[in-house]
Amino acid sequence: MHGTLGGPATIDAAVAPAVRHNRYATVVLLRFLRQPVPMTAAVILLVVMLAAIFAGFIAPADPFQTRVARRLAEIGTPGRWLGGDELGRDVLSRLIYGGRISLAMAILPVAVGLFVGGFLGVLAGYAGGRTNMAIMRAMDVFYAFPSILLAVAIAGALGPGLVNAILALSLVFIPPIARMAESVTTQVRSYEYVIAARLTGASTLRILREHVLSNVAGPILVFASSQVSVSIIAASGLSFLGLGVSPPNSDWGLMLSALRQSIYINPWVAALPGAMIFLCSVCFNLVSDGVRQAMEVRR
Amino acid sequence: MNVQMTIPEAGPRVATAPLLDIAGLRVAYRGLAGWTQVVRGVDLSLAPGRTLVLLGESGSGKSVTLRAIPGLLREEGARVEGHVRVGGQDVTTLPPAELLKLRGGRVGFIFQEPMTALDPVFRIGDQIAETIVQHRGVSWRAAMATARELFDLVQIPSAERRLKAYPNELSGGLRQRAMIAMAMSCEPELLLADEPTTALDATVQIQVLLLLREIQRERGTAMVFVTHDLGVAAEIADEVAVMYAGRIVERGGAEQVLLYPRHPYTRALTNCVVQGSYRDQRLGELSGAPPDVSRLPPGCSFAPRCPARAEDCLRHEPDFRSLAPGHDAACLHPSGPSADPSSRPGVPAGSPKGH
Amino acid sequence: MNPDPSRDLSRMPAPLPEIADRGGPLQPLLSATGLRKEFRLGGGFFGPRAVVHAVDDFSLTVIKGETVGIVGESGCGKSTAARLLAGITPADDGEIIFDGETFWTPRSRISGERRRAIQMVFQDSASSLNPRMTLTETLAFGPRAHGVPTATARAYARDLLAAVGLPPARFAERYPIELSGGQRQRVNIARALAIRPRLLILDEPVSALDKSVEAQVLNLLVSLRDQLGLSYVFISHDLNVVRYISDRVVVMYLGQIVEEASAQDIFAAPRHPYTRALFASKPSIDPRQRVTAPPLVGDPPDPVNPPSGCRFRTRCPIVEAICANARPPLSAMPGAGGTHRAACWAALPGNEHSLSPRQKGALQ
Repeated sequence: MHGTLGGPATIDAAVAPAVRHNRYATVVLLRFLRQPVPMTAAVILLVVMLAAIFAGFIAPADPFQTRVARRLAEIGTPGRWLGGDELGRDVLSRLIYGGRISLAMAILPVAVGLFVGGFLGVLAGYAGGRTNMAIMRAMDVFYAFPSILLAVAIAGALGPGLVNAILALSLVFIPPIARMAESVTTQVRSYEYVIAARLTGASTLRILREHVLSNVAGPILVFASSQVSVSIIAASGLSFLGLGVSPPNSDWGLMLSALRQSIYINPWVAALPGAMIFLCSVCFNLVSDGVRQAMEVRR
Repeated sequence: MNVQMTIPEAGPRVATAPLLDIAGLRVAYRGLAGWTQVVRGVDLSLAPGRTLVLLGESGSGKSVTLRAIPGLLREEGARVEGHVRVGGQDVTTLPPAELLKLRGGRVGFIFQEPMTALDPVFRIGDQIAETIVQHRGVSWRAAMATARELFDLVQIPSAERRLKAYPNELSGGLRQRAMIAMAMSCEPELLLADEPTTALDATVQIQVLLLLREIQRERGTAMVFVTHDLGVAAEIADEVAVMYAGRIVERGGAEQVLLYPRHPYTRALTNCVVQGSYRDQRLGELSGAPPDVSRLPPGCSFAPRCPARAEDCLRHEPDFRSLAPGHDAACLHPSGPSADPSSRPGVPAGSPKGH
Repeated sequence: MNPDPSRDLSRMPAPLPEIADRGGPLQPLLSATGLRKEFRLGGGFFGPRAVVHAVDDFSLTVIKGETVGIVGESGCGKSTAARLLAGITPADDGEIIFDGETFWTPRSRISGERRRAIQMVFQDSASSLNPRMTLTETLAFGPRAHGVPTATARAYARDLLAAVGLPPARFAERYPIELSGGQRQRVNIARALAIRPRLLILDEPVSALDKSVEAQVLNLLVSLRDQLGLSYVFISHDLNVVRYISDRVVVMYLGQIVEEASAQDIFAAPRHPYTRALFASKPSIDPRQRVTAPPLVGDPPDPVNPPSGCRFRTRCPIVEAICANARPPLSAMPGAGGTHRAACWAALPGNEHSLSPRQKGALQ
């Protein structure tokens, strides 16, 4: 329905109690902490990330140590608590070590996309006109392909390897982030406070730094974080197809590919890397949703 | 018909019985910090064929009060207390099916922005005919004929062509007329209008106000009209109720309230009207801003801004007291009746315009 | 609430120098001639683009210390005109001279220091202030952009807050979301004044405010004008507000000026039928003086296809054949000392319109 209260509620300065002046970031953080589901997702991600970072201390076994006797061991086997893979290596340790590469392959491309795409998008949005046209049409060319197909095509052209896979994925995430950045920037640029700043004669750089960036950074970051959930799947996809990391190093995608053959023998163990990919993707999505909601600060 | 029989009040109505009767209406919405009371005890009644203007600023609760009349608040998740009777039927206890019959039947609604009520993907004529078919059960052909008549009633030129138009093809003024036609489609006894002219240009606004007055004269429809604009109120009201912070603070006949206001808030409103003021004449002003209803001060809500505030105003919320027949104010210290309204600043002695 | 001398901005030390007057009191502060702006809508590969003639042949002079009001209905081009004058939107054609110096032409525009001479105050809205900046930061931005050290700029920001009636102790560190509409509008005004302009362009500055707050803001604008010797271009759809604040009033209809005169003259004796209708449409606050017949019928036409000749002719009560054929020039009204100008054949002497004054010979 329209106009719920017949206008925005206002406070009489004389009547209102003293207002606490919290920084915006503090308010957002407090609001995020109060949401149970995104908070749970954030904790899960934190655990996975810490485990990956400190893999050397946490992993119970050497991930490269093969044991013929433990080939495709069941979950719960002593010394192979989450089972053994086709060469008898410890799946739990491999999952922990693999998380390093999987998470890096998921986050790095989005980080590159955030910087390059964000820069291009803000530039296009603030400059407008022909600059905007040139940048955004170039982005549209990439945007026309499904992201996974594009990543496979680029990685295929560059050849297999971890660096090439990250490079390919980075190229995939530049256009959507640029497009998002362009649209928020175009909107912010039309706001009166930016126009007023332009009227003072301040330099474009100063206006971008003080007025535009602080207002577009939030939405762009949130969007980028939601892209991590796509990126982790795309990254695993590349590895699964052999376009990512090469053995004996392994990430969840490659593990999934290797264990796929044993799916009829030991389906539970074979499903584990897939479950990790799924879990992280969902968690990144939930966290990003939670942040977005926390950022909608209204009175 | 059956349902009407079960409601004792709906029997033969006396002509003088109020068409609309609101008693002790309280409305609260749930916010982040618990329930906020946005309407805090409103009593109103309106006789058939009369126009009541609810006058107030942002957050005064005027629009919420209006939306309580067709029972729209329950669907919005608001907590409603008190009674709202339309022609004897208590809207607050009416079953949903009956409520739907009431809306668009006995009660018509006009919004500030017609696009919220008109569906952009259907032709206007079809939308009006649809309403008529639903409420009266007549044939589509008859309904279209009625729609055509309604367009004549609301003075839309080239009615035939406009009936076939989509809402976005009409100008703001025509859209508002189409909205009025739709509200009038089932010959309501009561028309509810929420700032229907606020979004319109001055030259169009006056046309719509005159149209509403004419429709009322022709059809005898009663109207509750919400506005923040004193000029619009003066143009259309028989009676005026001034709202502040969720309560009515003054009510009475249009001339009584607008020309001889007794509540300090109404007085301040009529004083700070810029109308007729010339350069270098300092405007009468009211300090502060309308309060946030979620944190009202104790005592009279207007007290913090009131020029005539006394000690006791901060202690209790004043009750209504009668100042003259049909003229009440909720104020512990109402100002005396002013002799000549034209002696006040802000109201020029002569007519401010020629007509 | 009389102006408190401790809040007088003209007595506070300002970090930026005053913009010196060049041309003397007789040189108009602002003089815009022949501004034109068209907007292209839609179009693309298929079909012609629609062209909105937002502002057409707009000329305006503002004398030093004067307030010029611009009134008109939605779509009349008054807000576009404001943006052209402020240099936010470049015009397609025309010229703006500020105190004898070129401020803007299609080929050149002023930059740096003298840019700050014209500032703008917008209608109050959620986007009028940067939600991420405290009021001090917002007000210090302009001076800092002109090289004032941050500490000085922040101290001046507190003075500005006091000058617009917001006690700095309570307001300096607030964010815009913690303000009411009226308070926000005070900050908007302070922001425009922070870099010491000489002309403020105010686009509907009180339209979104509650009536009880409107008077406060108008009083503030008047006292600031007096303290600082400012000139205003005040844009509003509300005749009463314009009449209150203006020395001179310009009436616009569909992108063109139809009448221009001193506030006193235009309210006493409007010459253009549109101006008359606009005045008669405004409800009085006296229920005994109701309007009995609508002064105009219908809505303003679509600015994409404005009528030929006089753009008002489709709604004009005194329309005649000549009105469709030729556009009436904006000319001085006979017997009004040259300051009252209107664009209506019926008011101009010596033409075919039956109401045209027959005193062509007498005037020459």
